[in-house]
Amino acid sequence: MNQAGRGDIPSAYVRDKRTPPPSSDELRARIPGWGVDLNPTDRPAYPKLQHRTDTGAHWDFPERQPEEWPRERSVEHAFVTPVFGTAQPPRGLSGVIRRYSYARFSEGRLAHWLLLVAADRVDAAEHRLRSFASTRPDVPATGLRSEFTRGGLRSRRGRSDARHHLVDPLVVAGPWVAAAGAALVGLRTLARGRR
Amino acid sequence: MRAMVYRGPYKIRVEEKPVPAIEHPNDAIVRVSLAAICGSDLHLYHGMMPDTRIGHTFGHEFIGVVEQVGSSVQNLQVGDRVMVPFNIFCGSCWFCARGLFSNCHNVNPNATAVGGIYGYSHTTGGYDGGQAEYVRVPFADVGPVKIPDWMHDEDAVLLTDAAATGYFGAQLGEIAEGDTVVVLGAGPVGLVAAQSAWLMGAGRVIVVDHLQERLEKARTMAYAETLDYDEYDDVVVELKKQTDHLGADVVIEAVGAEADGNLAQQLTGPKLKLQGGSATALNWAIDGVRKGGTVAVVGAYGPIPNAVKFGDALNKGLTLRMNQTPVKRQWPRMFEHVRNGFLTPRDMVTHRFPLEEIPEAYHVFSSKLDGCIKPLIVPSAS
Ligand SMILES: NC(=O)c1ccc[n+]([C@@H]2O[C@H](COP(=O)([O-])OP(=O)(O)OC[C@H]3O[C@@H](n4cnc5c(N)ncnc54)[C@H](O)[C@@H]3O)[C@@H](O)[C@H]2O)c1
Ligand SMILES: [Zn+2]
Ligand SMILES: [Zn+2]
Repeated sequence: MNQAGRGDIPSAYVRDKRTPPPSSDELRARIPGWGVDLNPTDRPAYPKLQHRTDTGAHWDFPERQPEEWPRERSVEHAFVTPVFGTAQPPRGLSGVIRRYSYARFSEGRLAHWLLLVAADRVDAAEHRLRSFASTRPDVPATGLRSEFTRGGLRSRRGRSDARHHLVDPLVVAGPWVAAAGAALVGLRTLARGRR
Repeated sequence: MRAMVYRGPYKIRVEEKPVPAIEHPNDAIVRVSLAAICGSDLHLYHGMMPDTRIGHTFGHEFIGVVEQVGSSVQNLQVGDRVMVPFNIFCGSCWFCARGLFSNCHNVNPNATAVGGIYGYSHTTGGYDGGQAEYVRVPFADVGPVKIPDWMHDEDAVLLTDAAATGYFGAQLGEIAEGDTVVVLGAGPVGLVAAQSAWLMGAGRVIVVDHLQERLEKARTMAYAETLDYDEYDDVVVELKKQTDHLGADVVIEAVGAEADGNLAQQLTGPKLKLQGGSATALNWAIDGVRKGGTVAVVGAYGPIPNAVKFGDALNKGLTLRMNQTPVKRQWPRMFEHVRNGFLTPRDMVTHRFPLEEIPEAYHVFSSKLDGCIKPLIVPSAS
């Protein structure tokens, strides 16, 4: 009884692939450029740790960009890197949390990232409050006009991810509803206290 | 200048901001002529990347014109038309010296685990990005390249990230002649990865997604077979059936943190941010590849730990390869491939939005409305 020779047993259970791939001539004829990078040792990312082309750098160590304020940095770095972004310096309560997270925890500690995530939410709340006193108050979500102009319903027909698009309004509006609720309860308590 | 500005998860708007200034002698200021939104921007947009500060300008895919150069810049002149790799890198550190431009150690004080990226939160260095009229470009002698005369602007802008990443992803797969290659995700990155797999000698390319217009693009642009995962209870079982129960020789994961297909992962990842994104596609890759095979990951995740089936990866003896793309390293060869028509990045562009409409552009691209595959952003000053 020679079971392994039976043609209905899938490749994985026998020595060779049952259906060999199409020949290289066939593939070359069908697909523009098939095989031009066939040689694995002649691909741009190979070898991983060797790159002989001049990078354009004309320094051993780059000149240092002036540090206008104590730049927060990972404690895994020896120092503030010679070049860095200055886009949004830390400020407010979120800034305090961010600075603490950088100063206290390495990148390997979950606390580092959870504090930064918490600071992001505080940052958003701080800016939202400030925006209400401005001429351009924040809204819960942007770009929603495209739901009407770019076929929101039509585009989602039959798609499985439409299910969790339904969760989005909750995720987005949840904090706003909670904040409004808290404000309402607060006002009521105040009003009751006055009476 | 006008610039895209982050106001919190799902909230962006266009604001007036000061034009960036030279902060280091090797800086340049570039006037952006064309930018794009990347799948990676969606991770920021959904609030999944820690230390994404309010007021941050996103955008790491852009081309433009040199407006101003710092005192030590030698290779660029005012007026040059340049394409700028999404990596910010020094060209001289231990990592850059070995071609790991995406892992540069001299540009990101905020973290050692990731290099510098334009407009990608403070976790990648705190640089404002290119979805704006002007952008600061550090190490102007190292990163930017003058756009060749023959190159289309839309190809140039896609070469700064999405296309380079697809090509790099296929290389991470260590494809050998005749291999069966599965690409998860038919976004801009996955589509170019599928095209690239053929260049490296794949015998069969199967692209998995669930968006019809993208699967159609995978068939026409990348000559791939396609699988719509919505049609199967368990798409991995189908993959096994289609590969004679071996699994794929190589799986390229081009989905990342927004991955769909598992409600628990969606809720704990993108929605509630309890993990660094949904690991569904990563787990499908580990499950769908054959034992002893290679999983190439270019899909991006946040720094918070993920629910990944690591035990299976070990038991199957897999090779896992991954990185942020060292973009400039891919360019000389990719330029040839684009010129020869073997890679066709601009085939994927479906939408062009003026900068002022960028909130709509984000919503359309994020929710995959209107058949959107790749949206470009055209700043007002260009
Ligand atoms: N490593 C890098 O340097 C680098 C560079 C650019 C982009 N990226 C990452 O690559 C990923 C893709 O980028 P993009 O611009 O193509 O994004 P995209 O959002 O346009 O595409 C993602 C695609 O994946 C599909 N998808 C979702 N869940 C899936 C699943 N479980 N299986 C298969 N397909 C699924 C979606 O329908 C979508 O078509 C992102 O995570 C992005 O951050 C990494
Ligand atoms: Zn990107
Ligand atoms: Zn470097």
